[in-house]
Amino acid sequence: MSKHHVITRINGEQVEFLTDPGTSLLSALRDQLGLTGSKEGCNNGNCGACNVVLNGELVNSCCVLAVEINGAELTTIEGVADGDNLHPLQQSFINDAALQCGICTPGFIVAAKALLEREPDADEARIRHWLAGNLCRCTGYDKIVQAVLDAAPEMRAAARA
Amino acid sequence: MVMADKPQYRVIGTRPLRPDAIDKVTGRAQYGADTRQSGMLRGYVLRSPHAHANIRSIDTSKALAYPGVKAVITAADFCLPGQTVADLPDLTTNILAGSKVYYHGQAVAAVAAISDEVAREAARLIDVDYEVLQPVLDVREAMLPGAPVLHEAMRTRTPEGPGAEPSNIVAHAVVVFGDPEAALADCDVVVEGDFSTRMVHQGYIEPQAATAMWNPDGQVTIWTAHQGSFPARQATATILNHPSSKIKVVLTEIGGGFGGKIAVYLEPVAAMLSKKTGHPVKLQMDRVDVFEGTGPTPGTSIRAKLGATKDGNFKVYMADMAYENGAYAGTAANYATMVATACYDIEHVRLDGYDVVVNKPRTQDYRAPSSPAAAFAMEQLVDQMAEKLNMDPEKLRLQNSSREGTRGSMGMPFARIGHEEIVQAALDSDHYNSPLEGPNRGRGTASGYWFNVGLRSSVNVTVQPDGTVALSVGSTDLSGTRTSLAMQLAETIGVDFEDVKAAVVDTDSVGYNDVTAGSRVTFGTGMATYEAGKNLIAAMKERLATTWNVPADDIQFEAGKFSSPDGSKSGTFKEIAQLVVGRGPGLTVSGSVNAGFLQGGGFAHHIVDVEVDPDTGKVQILRYTAIQDVGTAIHPAYVEGQLQGGAVQGIGWALNEEYFYDDNGRMLNSSFLDYRMPTTLDVPMIDTILVEVPNPLHPYGVRGVGEPPIVPPLAAIANAVAHATGVRQYQLPMSPRRILQTTGKIEE
Repeated sequence: MSKHHVITRINGEQVEFLTDPGTSLLSALRDQLGLTGSKEGCNNGNCGACNVVLNGELVNSCCVLAVEINGAELTTIEGVADGDNLHPLQQSFINDAALQCGICTPGFIVAAKALLEREPDADEARIRHWLAGNLCRCTGYDKIVQAVLDAAPEMRAAARA
Repeated sequence: MVMADKPQYRVIGTRPLRPDAIDKVTGRAQYGADTRQSGMLRGYVLRSPHAHANIRSIDTSKALAYPGVKAVITAADFCLPGQTVADLPDLTTNILAGSKVYYHGQAVAAVAAISDEVAREAARLIDVDYEVLQPVLDVREAMLPGAPVLHEAMRTRTPEGPGAEPSNIVAHAVVVFGDPEAALADCDVVVEGDFSTRMVHQGYIEPQAATAMWNPDGQVTIWTAHQGSFPARQATATILNHPSSKIKVVLTEIGGGFGGKIAVYLEPVAAMLSKKTGHPVKLQMDRVDVFEGTGPTPGTSIRAKLGATKDGNFKVYMADMAYENGAYAGTAANYATMVATACYDIEHVRLDGYDVVVNKPRTQDYRAPSSPAAAFAMEQLVDQMAEKLNMDPEKLRLQNSSREGTRGSMGMPFARIGHEEIVQAALDSDHYNSPLEGPNRGRGTASGYWFNVGLRSSVNVTVQPDGTVALSVGSTDLSGTRTSLAMQLAETIGVDFEDVKAAVVDTDSVGYNDVTAGSRVTFGTGMATYEAGKNLIAAMKERLATTWNVPADDIQFEAGKFSSPDGSKSGTFKEIAQLVVGRGPGLTVSGSVNAGFLQGGGFAHHIVDVEVDPDTGKVQILRYTAIQDVGTAIHPAYVEGQLQGGAVQGIGWALNEEYFYDDNGRMLNSSFLDYRMPTTLDVPMIDTILVEVPNPLHPYGVRGVGEPPIVPPLAAIANAVAHATGVRQYQLPMSPRRILQTTGKIEE
C-alpha cells in the first residue's frame, strides 16, 4: 500500500508528512505529528474531544482522513494560544473552574472558539446548541457554558479592535 | 449557607486557580494514551463475540506468523508451572479469559506488533474454538432454579452458611433491626413498589490506556490513567506473579474515572507483552472496548415497602434488593444494605441484598455505588407516603430525618451529619418557594446518602531553598485534588497557596495510598497532608532550636509565624525556611495516615422541575438545584463542580442511559451515539447550595463531596415526572418510549 505525501499548514506552520490512505487526521496528528492535544474519546464523531478547525470549519478530526488536509489550513488546540498569551477562552475556562479531568477541554475550547469567532454575540441557548457535539462527563456543563459566556465580551472587543 | 460555628480560615474557602489548568487548556497535559516510549510497540486485545461460551482451544500460530507481529498472548501465559487456565483466579481471567467467557467483549488474547493496524489485522487471525452456551441476562431470571449457571463452583453465601447447589446468587446479605414484620402490621399507612434500574456506564471520556516496559532485570514500569497507582501495582503484581516492589506505576493525567478505573484491564497484559517482546508496549481501548469490556454499574431489581403512622412517623422499611454483579462475584447488593435507610430514623428494618452474576461485564463502582438505585426506591416511597398522608414531602423528610446519634444503616450511631440542614435549606430555597406553573410540569425532590471512606494515604513535603514547598501526592487527581490538598497544606503551615506546588508522583516516590475513590482524597489524603504539615513545623522547630539556641519545645508557631520564647526572634514560615533549609541541608517530611474505613457520611438533597411532552414522552429538565452537606468546602468552585457533574450524570441515568442487549447477550448500543449521555442541550444551569456542617473526623471538617450528588437525581426526577403526569415511574430509564408506555400512549 503506497503512502500519500501531504503538505499542509498546521497552526500557521507548513507541515509535510507521509500517510496511509486510511489513516484518520486524528491518528496522524497524534501518532505521526506528535500533536496529542486532540483527544480520542469515541473515534466516530460523537464526543468532540478531537475537534479541530479545518479551512475555517469545525470538524471531528477522527472523521477526516489525513490525506484530505493536503493543501489545507488547520488549527488544533496547540495553536489556540498566542505564544505565552492564553486565548480568552482558555483563560475563562481556568478562571471559571470549567474543567475537572480536562480530557474534553481541548475539544470544547476549539469548538467554542469556532462559534464565538463567527457569532460573538451568541447567547446561552446558542452556545448550548453549538456545543451539543462535545461531551463532558465531569462538570455537568454549567461552568463550561459560563466560561464561554464570560469569554465572549473580550472576543467581541478583540473583533472590534 | 455557613454554620455559625465555622472557624475562620486563611486559604480554605478561597478559589485559587488550579495549577494544572494551563496544561489542560493548551493540550499539553499527558493522558494515558499520550505516553510515548522509545522502541514502543502497539498492542491490541481480541474480545469475545459471545456472552457465554466455553473456550475449547485458542490457536495463535497464524497471528504470530503475520509480518510485524512480535508476540501473542493468552491466559495460558499467566499460569504458574503445573497450573491450567481453568485454575486461574477471577482477577486474571477478567483480563484474559481462561476456560470460559462470561460476557460479550471479554478479553481473550492480545497481540503486540509494530503498529496498531498490524496488531488489529493479526488479531483477526487468532482462531478461538468456542462452545456457545445459553446466557442469562436478567437479574431475577438468573436467581431462578434452572437458570444457566455461570460458575459451577459458586455456592450462595448466606447468614446460615453456603448453599448446597451451584447458583448465580453470590451472596444473600440480611440486615434486620427491630421486628419489621410485626411493625408492618401496626402501621396506619404502607406504600410499596417494585422498582428496577438498568446497567449504566460511568462514561468517562478517556478510554483506558496503559503502557508497560519490562526491563531484563525484572524492573517493570507502567504508565497508566488509573484511579490508584498502588492498588494497580498490587493487582498487576498478583496477576503476573511478580514482586510488587519491582513494579513502578507512573500515573498520567486521567480523563475521568467515577469508579470505572479502579480495576486493572490493560496493565498486566501490556506488561506481559513487554516481557515477551523486550519492548515497551502500549495498549489503549476504543469506545466499544470501554462499553463492552470494562465494568459498568449494576442493573437492579428492588421490591420495597415503607410503613408509617398516620401522623407521618416512619416505622418500618423492608426491601428485597437484587443487584447484577455481571460476570463475577461482587458486593453491590451488600453496599446497598449499608446505605438504603441512612437518611431516616426508622426503628424496624429488614433488608435482603442479593448479589447475582449474569452474562454482562464484571460490574464496577460508579460514584456512590449501589446507592442511587436504593434511593430510587426509598425516595419514591417517601414521596408516595407524603401523597397518602397529604403532607409536604420535605416536611415529612424533616420529621423523619437522621441526625447525630441516629442508628445508621450499619448499626452504629451517626456522628454530626447534615441531612436535616439540607432538607431545611431546600424548604428555605428560592427554587422550592417559586411557583411551578403550566401544564405537564412537575416538581420532585429526593435525598441521598453515601458513607464515604477514609483509608490509607501518604504524602511527602519538601522545603525548597526559597522557602516554598513541594507537595508530592500518591493519590490520583481526578478533578482537582492537587489544589485542594495544596490549600490544606498552605493553611496548616501558614503560607500562601501559590507557595505550595503539588504533584502526583509514582509508587517509588511516596508511601502507600489507597485508591482514589469513596470521595476520600480531600478527606483522607488531606489528613495525611495536615499530618505532614504538622511534622514539617516540628522539624523546622528542631532546626531553629540550634540556630536560636533555645529548646525546640519552647518555640511558638502561630498564625504562620515562628517566634522565640522571649519574642526577641521571629519569622514567617518562608523566612525561617530560607534560613534553616536555604542555607542548610535539604528537608523532606512525610505524613501518613490510616483514616479509617468510614468518614462521617455525606448527604445530598435535590430539587428538580420537569416538563413532560405528552406526545413524544420527552422529559425536559426546566430547573435543577443540588443541595449538599459538604462539611467544609475547601475550594467552593470545585465543590460546586462536583455537585453539578454528579447531578447531570444522575439525569442521564434517570432519563436515557441503559445497556441494550440482544437475546444472545450482545450489547447493541456500544457507542456514544446510541448510549445517550446528557449533552449541553439536555440540561439547564445546575444551581448549588453548599451547606457546611463540619465533619468532626477531619481537622478542617472536610466531608467527601464527589459521590453523594449522584444519589438523589433518579428519584427526584421520577417524583417530578409522577407529579407532572400522575403516573408513578418504577423503571429506569424514563426514556420517551418508557414515558409513552406508562402513560398509556403506546403498548408496553
